[in-house]
Amino acid sequence: MDLLNALIVFSNFVFIPALAYGSQLALGALGVTLIYGILRFSNFAHGDTMAFGAMMTVLATWWLQGMGVSLGPFPTAILALPFGIVVCSLFILATDRVVYRFYRKQKAKPVILVIVSMGIMFIMNGLVRFIIGPNDQRFADGERFIISVREFKQLTGLREGLAFKTTQGITIITAVLVVLILFWFLNKTRTGKSMRAYSDNEDLALLSGINPEKVVTVTWLIVAALATVAGTLYGLDKSFKPFVYFQLLLPIFASAIVGGLGNPIGAIAGGFIVAFSEVTITYAWKKVLKYSLPESFEPTSLMQLLSTDYKFAVSFVILVVVLLFRPTGLFRGKAF
Amino acid sequence: MENLKIALLFILVVFLILITGFVQSWNTALLILNMGLISAIMSLGVNIQWGFAGLFNVGIMGFVALGGLAAVLVSAPPVYESWSVGGIRIIGAIVFGIFVIVTIGLWIKKIVNSRQKFWGALILAIAGFFIYRTIFDTGVVAVEAVNPASTGYLGGLGLPILVAWPIGGLLAAGAAWVIGKTALGLRSDYLAIATLGIAEIIIAIIKNEDWLARGVKNVIGLPRPAPYEIDLQQNDKFVNTANSIGIDPVTASTLYVKLIYAGLFSIVLIVIFILAQRALHSPWGRMMRAIRDNEVAAEAMGKNVTGRHLQIFILGSAICGIAGAMMTTLDSQLTPGTYQPLRYTFLIWVMVIVGGSGNNLGAVLGGFIIWFLWVQVEPIGQFLMLILTSGLAEDSALKLHLMDSVAHMRLLTMGILLLLVLRFSPRGLIPEK
Repeated sequence: MDLLNALIVFSNFVFIPALAYGSQLALGALGVTLIYGILRFSNFAHGDTMAFGAMMTVLATWWLQGMGVSLGPFPTAILALPFGIVVCSLFILATDRVVYRFYRKQKAKPVILVIVSMGIMFIMNGLVRFIIGPNDQRFADGERFIISVREFKQLTGLREGLAFKTTQGITIITAVLVVLILFWFLNKTRTGKSMRAYSDNEDLALLSGINPEKVVTVTWLIVAALATVAGTLYGLDKSFKPFVYFQLLLPIFASAIVGGLGNPIGAIAGGFIVAFSEVTITYAWKKVLKYSLPESFEPTSLMQLLSTDYKFAVSFVILVVVLLFRPTGLFRGKAF
Repeated sequence: MENLKIALLFILVVFLILITGFVQSWNTALLILNMGLISAIMSLGVNIQWGFAGLFNVGIMGFVALGGLAAVLVSAPPVYESWSVGGIRIIGAIVFGIFVIVTIGLWIKKIVNSRQKFWGALILAIAGFFIYRTIFDTGVVAVEAVNPASTGYLGGLGLPILVAWPIGGLLAAGAAWVIGKTALGLRSDYLAIATLGIAEIIIAIIKNEDWLARGVKNVIGLPRPAPYEIDLQQNDKFVNTANSIGIDPVTASTLYVKLIYAGLFSIVLIVIFILAQRALHSPWGRMMRAIRDNEVAAEAMGKNVTGRHLQIFILGSAICGIAGAMMTTLDSQLTPGTYQPLRYTFLIWVMVIVGGSGNNLGAVLGGFIIWFLWVQVEPIGQFLMLILTSGLAEDSALKLHLMDSVAHMRLLTMGILLLLVLRFSPRGLIPEK
């Protein structure tokens, strides 16, 4: 038995990756949940919004790299992020003016807005493929590891190593910062408070003189920023591939619903619940068990509950269980 | 007036296909026609769910893929060796798995004490899962080791592939029953997310369970309901007939085969269309629309809303399953890697919305028109792009990039088309009466 090594293996393959993935999902789910809370529909275009924002960041990163600008050990993409956010915001605001506003004025049923968002999804997906192509794009640079397996082993003398990638560190720190800013904004500023009021009770908010168009505009701006950050972080951590963002839609929605649609804290919790379940269920536990069990109990098989190809099944099962037993989500969203 | 418009729209479709025949080739035209027929059937299936009952199903891809799977399971030649080394074991494991699930269900139903209920169910689930995996995994390893380059799966029943069409519908209906039991009765957004998820899972299963249908190694060369071109070309009678009409025998054979498919597909489309039309105008159809328009009122009138939703969800999904089996028949291969939600779920939605939801004729029209555009946007885009970039140098990077990207124009076009129709003609080309 060697619990310390077991812990290291666990952190290396489960805890840190799930933490990073969870942060990305949480940022994505926050966007979905905000749209649901303010605009009252499920935005199917969110995955492709993430891809669009990330693409703009990738393009800006390439340009910066071409100019010889770099951040030293940090990825250049961080410098390019504001550009991505601005372009994505402009695009999103344009879709709101040209498309969504019409249906808002009409007070169209939410399901119509969902179908409209399907149209936006097609357009954004097409644009991304048109501009950058459907293939994998690499744009990460700078130092690859905060601490690599070899350094860790030398440092501690343990048999197992712990790798902590720069992108994982940046993902987690950025997510924490973004969430702090968002909650400060929602709870302390006048605009944030009017957003919450509008989400709670539209009529009462209108009655007290809140300008709905302003609330909606601010919401789209925040959503565009969140989506771009989430998309860029995901692209840095894994790689940028347009189609993958579309597939993120399912875990993101699962996170938002598990936490309670319309509830920001729920979205964050949901993101981590989904990420940790996905990683723990699809991870082969053999090595961890080898260290943590007495020798006679050592497992012979991989001890993997489900192959990684079924990770969607995990978010789906969580989703169904929550829907069946607690349809409003763990944090009481505004589902009904 | 209304009828004239409908007639003109369908004449337009015929005209478009004829133009393709004259300008491009008759093979392309017939390919568009065949896939158009299949698209029209899928679109009818979605129209039954969305147009009749207002159910928001975005898992069409999954039902289509299940139909394709049925084509393999029914018509592929059986691999006897696989059955003898591990097939029985796999089936046994699945039966055991179902048995465990039923036991857990009964346990939850019968035991009153909530602590006993929870822990008992949990222990049953965990123990059951591990026993299942032990039986199942050894079977899978044995089956996949049988001549992996060409088989490595259980094979099918070796029946004629036409049998697979209704079976595909049944398979999709079964899946729809399970999904509907859990997800119907929730808000429409939730049903959407749930179906989106189940479709991804079905594709994941077909991709990864190699013992079932060879996964991404694809099952190719499924039997066909039509003769092979090569046989026709060696048939003297056929060659003579082709020569006497004045067509090259090779072209004639490809056209002949496609025409047979077109005939078969048309029969299915017509049958399903007539049934859908009868259903729409029956008391049952009126009840469905009543439920769609006001669930609370319908419930107050004593209608079982959730039950009716389940019914129509199963029916619509079954139609998508039939279409899926037909598509796999047309390709005579199952390639799970090609199933993508934009193409197999959302494109069908565009067909229904553009054609006119709630109107069967509209759904059929949407199927044809959108499929035609989906295929033809690329050559049209290429042509336009050539004109647009004619001022640029032949080897300029921008021109090359633009020409490469033309292939992705179709997504953009579909999005813009969907938004335009939703905005300016929200009830579609042929609105519901």
